Amino acid sequence: MKILVPIKRVVDYNVKVRVRRDGGGVETAGVKMSMNPFDEIAVEEALRLREKGVASEILTVSIGVPQAADTLRTALAMGADRAILVQSEESPEPLAVAKILKILVDREKPDLVILGKQAIDDDMNATGQMLAGLLDWPQATFASRVEKTADGLAVTREVDGGSETLALALPAIVTADLRLNEPRYAALPNIMKARKKPLETIAATDLGIDLTRRLAILSMAEPPARKAGIKVGSVAELVEKLRNEAKVI
Amino acid sequence: MTALVLLDAEDGTIPQTSRSAIAAAASLGDIDVLVTGGPDTIAAAAASAAKIPGIRKVRTASGEAFAHGLAEPLAALLVALAPDYDHIVAAATAIGKSTLPRAAALLDVQMIPDVMEIRDSQTFVRPVFAGNVLVTLRSSDAKKLLTIRTASFDPVAAEGGAAPIEALTPPDGQQKSRFVSAEHSSTERPQLEAARVIVSGGRGLQSAEGFKILEPLADRLGAAIGASRVAVDSGFVPNDYQVGQTGKIVAPDLYIACGISGAIQHLAGMKDSKVIVAINKDEEAPIFQVADYGLVGDLFQIVPALTAALG
Repeated sequence: MKILVPIKRVVDYNVKVRVRRDGGGVETAGVKMSMNPFDEIAVEEALRLREKGVASEILTVSIGVPQAADTLRTALAMGADRAILVQSEESPEPLAVAKILKILVDREKPDLVILGKQAIDDDMNATGQMLAGLLDWPQATFASRVEKTADGLAVTREVDGGSETLALALPAIVTADLRLNEPRYAALPNIMKARKKPLETIAATDLGIDLTRRLAILSMAEPPARKAGIKVGSVAELVEKLRNEAKVI
Repeated sequence: MTALVLLDAEDGTIPQTSRSAIAAAASLGDIDVLVTGGPDTIAAAAASAAKIPGIRKVRTASGEAFAHGLAEPLAALLVALAPDYDHIVAAATAIGKSTLPRAAALLDVQMIPDVMEIRDSQTFVRPVFAGNVLVTLRSSDAKKLLTIRTASFDPVAAEGGAAPIEALTPPDGQQKSRFVSAEHSSTERPQLEAARVIVSGGRGLQSAEGFKILEPLADRLGAAIGASRVAVDSGFVPNDYQVGQTGKIVAPDLYIACGISGAIQHLAGMKDSKVIVAINKDEEAPIFQVADYGLVGDLFQIVPALTAALG
């Protein structure tokens, strides 16, 4: 089985983001960038399927600025076999990303695409589902467990009331939730080896996809900060405040 | 203008989250709702939906394919109905989040998730970066597909309407995914998204056994029980208890955070609560920066004392 894992370069999850003064985006100058954490989980799941003998080849793809090549090298150091960078000036919207990925799927013919369920920058939670729609493939979002079965995959998903298991025919799309696995760190020798692994670069504009944004950003702002309240000294004081001041009990 | 709201009605009832989605759509013109489900539940679900005030028409699709909210048949159905509507709306629940992007791609639309404010028919506010930034977006798509952050909209009433019901013939499609089983957490408590009071626990509860200390307090307050990501990852409680950026987004009248430090991801899920109480032994914990009332100390003493004091 061949697995495709699309990954995104995002502001590191430990960074406290700041809106740019012009309100058109967030500060990225000098800010640490990393692989989207849900995408790390997706890469890890592909590696585990290979270690179980289910997968034979793992291809990783990123769409974005030239520095996204660093993110791809991280995936290669974790153990992916080869990488494709689809270079574009900015990060396209999920619909455009899904269209680009469809072209790559048509070319590379993977049996399974595993994506992070959402990127922690735009929190769109859309690319996997959109790609599944464009390909007319079955999908299992928010996966917490993936198992190969005789005729496809059994995927356990985290849903509102607990969890549920779906059976999917292959080829299929899976999106990774938090508890699917704990991604490995790339060991230094593997980081060195990753430099020699194949990384192909394609210009997004050569793929014939319209990257024009459908959603114009009118403004970005930090939400009004919630004011810290007071510390109370005892349970009795807390109950008194909740009853007589906040009036919520 | 006309909007179609997809309801989560698979169990034969209409949840509060779906009624919040209807409330959000109220400014978008006439509202039809789409109710789907298996042959056993569809009649009850349709009857419940018809009672919601302000609905022009209840449209129903039933069959085994719709019994479990699978995204593939639901998206195909939305695509088939799309020509009748300017907006297609759903609550940002597991089904809405799985289905609407798929339908949007088939309609060549960039869908807009987690909408918390509708400025006008094409302008929407949504959170990004775990709720640390709010972005105002204007869609240039002819049709708009939205999921709604339900905590941002008070639900419409459940009763008072009498909308007509129209049964649809769903499009044929080959099923490539199949429901196998569900492991639902059974609880007598209110749903997290619908609860007026939430008692929530984190790392400070120390174990699944320790977590049980919250139950008498939740019983006393008629509260739902929530948890931080750490508490879920550590196996204290099931995944559907998680409140936060990647869990449930809640905005109850009262949120009592016990032994929760207040990571950004958690705050993203609860900071719109009307009143926040934090109980934590670490007086430097970030949760105190958003709490209206903080109590520093050992929760294993404070929580039972609070329960007793409310008694």
